[in-house]
Amino acid sequence: MTMLLATLYQIVQMLLVLALAPLLTGWVRLVKARLVGRRGPSPVQPYRDLLRLLRKEVVLARNASWLFRAVPYLMFTAIWLAAGLVPIFTTQLALAPTADLIALIALLGSARFFLALAGMDIGTSFGGIGSSREMMIAALAEPAMLMVVFSVSILVRTTSLAEIADFMMSGVVGLRISLALALIALIMVAIAENARIPIDNPATHLELTMVHEAMVLEYSGRHLALVEAASMLKMLLYMGLIACIFVPWGMATASAGVGQGIVAALWGMVAFALKLAVGGALLALFETSIAKMRVFRVGEFLGGALLLSLLGAIFLYVSRGV
Amino acid sequence: MIDLGYDAAHMLGAVVLLMSFALLYQRRLFSLLHVFTLQALALSATAAWQAFSHDEPHLYITALLTLVLKAIVIPVVLHRIIVKMNIHRTIEPALGIGLTMVAGVSLVTLSILLVLPVTEDATALTRENLALSLSVVLLGLLMMISRRNAVSQVVGFMSIENGLILAAVGVAGMPLVVEMSVAFSVMVAFIIFGIFLFHIRERFDTLDMQKIESFRGESD
Amino acid sequence: MAATGVAARRLPQVSGIVYGGTAGACTLAALWAALRLAGGGAADELVLPVGLPWIHAHLRADALSAVFLLVVNFGGITASLFGWGYARAHHDSHAGPVLPFYPLFLAGMNMVLVADDAFTFLVSWEFMSLASWLLVLSNHREAETQRAARLYLIMASFGTACLLLAFGLLATAHGDYSFAAIRAHAPSATAAALGVILVLLGAGSKAGIVPLHVWLPLAHPAAPSHVSALMSGVMTKVAVYAMIRVLFDLLGEPDWWWGGVMMAFGAVTAVMGVLYALMQEDVKRLLAYSTVENIGAIVIALGLALVFKASHTPVIAALALAAALLHVVNHSLFKSLLFFVAGAVLTATGTRDLNQLGGLIHRMPTTAFLALVGAAAISALPPLNGFVGEWLLFQAILNGPALPEWSLKIGIAVVGAAVALATALAAACFVRFYGTAFLGRPRSRVANAAVEIGMAMRLGMVVPAVLCVALGVLPTPLIRLFQPALRQMVEAGPFDDRAYQPWFWLAPTSAIGNSYNGLIMLVVIGLLSSVLVLVIHRRASDRVRWSIPWGCGFDGPDPAAVTQYTASSFSQPIRRAFGSTVFHARDRVDMPEPGETRPARLSVTWTDPAWTMIFVPIVRAVNWLAERANVLQFMTIRRYLTLMFLALVVLLVMVAVTQR
Repeated sequence: MTMLLATLYQIVQMLLVLALAPLLTGWVRLVKARLVGRRGPSPVQPYRDLLRLLRKEVVLARNASWLFRAVPYLMFTAIWLAAGLVPIFTTQLALAPTADLIALIALLGSARFFLALAGMDIGTSFGGIGSSREMMIAALAEPAMLMVVFSVSILVRTTSLAEIADFMMSGVVGLRISLALALIALIMVAIAENARIPIDNPATHLELTMVHEAMVLEYSGRHLALVEAASMLKMLLYMGLIACIFVPWGMATASAGVGQGIVAALWGMVAFALKLAVGGALLALFETSIAKMRVFRVGEFLGGALLLSLLGAIFLYVSRGV
Repeated sequence: MIDLGYDAAHMLGAVVLLMSFALLYQRRLFSLLHVFTLQALALSATAAWQAFSHDEPHLYITALLTLVLKAIVIPVVLHRIIVKMNIHRTIEPALGIGLTMVAGVSLVTLSILLVLPVTEDATALTRENLALSLSVVLLGLLMMISRRNAVSQVVGFMSIENGLILAAVGVAGMPLVVEMSVAFSVMVAFIIFGIFLFHIRERFDTLDMQKIESFRGESD
Repeated sequence: MAATGVAARRLPQVSGIVYGGTAGACTLAALWAALRLAGGGAADELVLPVGLPWIHAHLRADALSAVFLLVVNFGGITASLFGWGYARAHHDSHAGPVLPFYPLFLAGMNMVLVADDAFTFLVSWEFMSLASWLLVLSNHREAETQRAARLYLIMASFGTACLLLAFGLLATAHGDYSFAAIRAHAPSATAAALGVILVLLGAGSKAGIVPLHVWLPLAHPAAPSHVSALMSGVMTKVAVYAMIRVLFDLLGEPDWWWGGVMMAFGAVTAVMGVLYALMQEDVKRLLAYSTVENIGAIVIALGLALVFKASHTPVIAALALAAALLHVVNHSLFKSLLFFVAGAVLTATGTRDLNQLGGLIHRMPTTAFLALVGAAAISALPPLNGFVGEWLLFQAILNGPALPEWSLKIGIAVVGAAVALATALAAACFVRFYGTAFLGRPRSRVANAAVEIGMAMRLGMVVPAVLCVALGVLPTPLIRLFQPALRQMVEAGPFDDRAYQPWFWLAPTSAIGNSYNGLIMLVVIGLLSSVLVLVIHRRASDRVRWSIPWGCGFDGPDPAAVTQYTASSFSQPIRRAFGSTVFHARDRVDMPEPGETRPARLSVTWTDPAWTMIFVPIVRAVNWLAERANVLQFMTIRRYLTLMFLALVVLLVMVAVTQR
């Protein structure tokens, strides 16, 4: 019975993340616009954008290969699967024992691997700009994220996300400095991975300032819709990850009765929507108050994140013994 | 079970250490002063919390002194010195910022490796406070040796003082006399630094230590 | 044994017979090894009356040897298959220098794995080195090959000397050089410590640990591609076998600092190896440096296993050792695949320079697809096999905080960061490799005119590729196969304390309870992507229009007219972030003055710190010593007689003193 319920929750989660991701992006854009004094687009505008792109025809360069056409599907699948693995409204997910936090990071890494290859495919210089910068950012962001996993998992004794959420909700942990350092490092990594200011400007039109946008410059039509939807899903994933590890309260856990479980899951969805709203507003506030960094300062920024997470892991040994 | 008092003290001490790292990361003088202000604020919060949880009222005075002197007076005066003497606003580090940060983490590891095995019999809070304070002192020293600008060397010296005060605050039962002398020495050092900087500027028209190095050996 | 059967083949003329023979012999050996492992891994012994008269040649194949025999011979099978096709494509330059020595090389490697006393071991080690040296020299007309071969010979001699000293130290107490005797008499602490360092130096120089790796990127590329695959994928693993044999088996109870030293060197090797690889423009050199990085990861896993063994947590030690062995198998698979790809590209275009390739995905579709599998596997992407090895390694690292020593606790955290950094940089390296060589537009006329290679070579590549996917999805049967070897080395298995688990889950025991299932992940990915494709192609549009890309007006058939990223431009951000400190990498622009018509020049300079800090000073010291000693060449007869007289007097004094 629990297996059936877990599968149901898994399917619901896969559909829920698809539904919520464009709304989150729209909300962030709206808050950003209001903060700088504009009216801003409606929060459902990303849905309209995606539908419009899906209906358009694809314009391909003459020398595009089969890899270029396959990458949007591969990338979207990887990120969708990863988003389905993060517990956002319940910890009872069917796919939870299949992949833990390390596998999740590797899934995101493979999405990035394929996108960087697609950037190199057409053979113009802009794709190369995007791919090379993206791989440099990844070379520092991924270790920082793995060190965050290291710190958290020393504390919690597991890398399985469902068990991390359970542990954090039980309140045994308390106010640990390592968790604060890990949170700061994870936020820095999330900003880098989602191509937000100060690492990359998602709304720029100048190719020399692009990182993520430069890789997808040649995509159009349904391919571009998939790539855009994948980045929206990625932002939802990272916010869900931060919520799951550091503010998991409100999620449904294993419970006795089916009816009780479903009510708890619904409350979990409401709690998650609230967390997303707050997170999106904070992101918009952060982006409007800081300027974009030069590309070569990004290395120092992410190196700082790596060292912070390493420090967090070391601090665990200092405080209260492990 | 959560020991909120322990956790809060630990958290505040770690914020002071974090600010030391942030000091190493800065490239501009004004943001350096802002971070130093934050460090002093965290330090006075630590002292106040220690006063509250361990019921030692004289630590409130330490907190107040740190707040007034190090968080308000010194940054403001340094700010005015920078503006008045038109000092170059960016700091060039001697090593790269990346290497400096790596050295910083190694120093923190070193102080943990030093302090924790040695002080096995003291209370947990004391041991960790000592490790944190030693790290802050070492990072302040690192800052002094890895910067060329005289103002940033002054700030590094101040952060060494902060580390010492953090250590003193963590240990129970420090009398007020010590704090008075600490505050006084801070003020004296500050005045001397101010005069010193002014004279250097007057004489050599620059505060960049590398350029000043080349003047060594010249007589009046 | 199969080894002696392979050594008997010495026909230099017909490549088909030679490669077929080696492939057959290797298949037999691999099957035998697999059957022994599946059956529980009992040891087989054989004493041959060859070699020194008072030490016969002891041969023994136990579980550990069986694992490595499997790796070596499987590599031999794929290399023979590919080599056959390669020989047919390059018939003029191939037959003479390569064919006689290739079976000898395979035989040498097999003999090292079954040697049971120090003498046989060292003889087979030298035999293996010499055979591969001769294979490296196969293009002997080029100056670069000569330099590579000379350096290889020096480093191999150094390695053998260290191993000789190590075995001598371990056997001094009783004088018996057989492994059984060494195992029975535990050496003293100082002898053990020195022995560890010597073995790490000796076997490490063959495996490619920094800073002894300098010969590897020169020698591996110089040999023909299937031999490079064997050297990188398999010979380095024989060196790893030597390390495991001595450190885990012969030396008895380990000390905790042995593992710490190994982990430190492994971490440096992993990060430096991949940074070097990112600077390379020669495809084979890039792959050779990537081998260095993977050896670093394997050495880290071995160090972890030693540390856990020393702390008496054998199950975690088994986990770490299983990670090491799995990485050994995985690396031999995908490195062979990638070297075969490099050989295919060399055959098709005649060049190894990344800056001359491009757009090969259109001209060589099968090779490109197999290369994609190899690149994805080596970058540790799920659900392929590279990821499983990394996952196990991280699980082992996450158990580090349970250790008692402080420096180990913090050291393992730092090593974990280094492994993560190396993995991320490796992904960047292989995006660069694949993107520059296969994607984009051709950067030269030869790339434009490439044709797909023959069937034999493609078959040789398909086999490792299929295994990469299969082992990624179902790693547990392979780890079960390793268990006899693990039990022998650390007296535990990685699945102990766990109830029965099915063959498609990977859930090793660990203080951190986790699991991974590659099969379900593959199935779900397939399901989701098919749903996606169906929905989008039915509901949304499926029209495609072809057009010309906009590259700011730079377009056309001439490769020089297209402003594409080259390999060095791709690595420029990473070169600037990491290379400026490690390699003193500088990008210099030589701008012409206004009015001059010459083009601007961008030059990249970097130095190799291993050479400048270690080897160049050593060479200088040796030269200085040689100059001082040169005076001995020009003395008078009276001086020579004085020297001899003094030597005689000193010896007599020594005898007098020791006799008292």
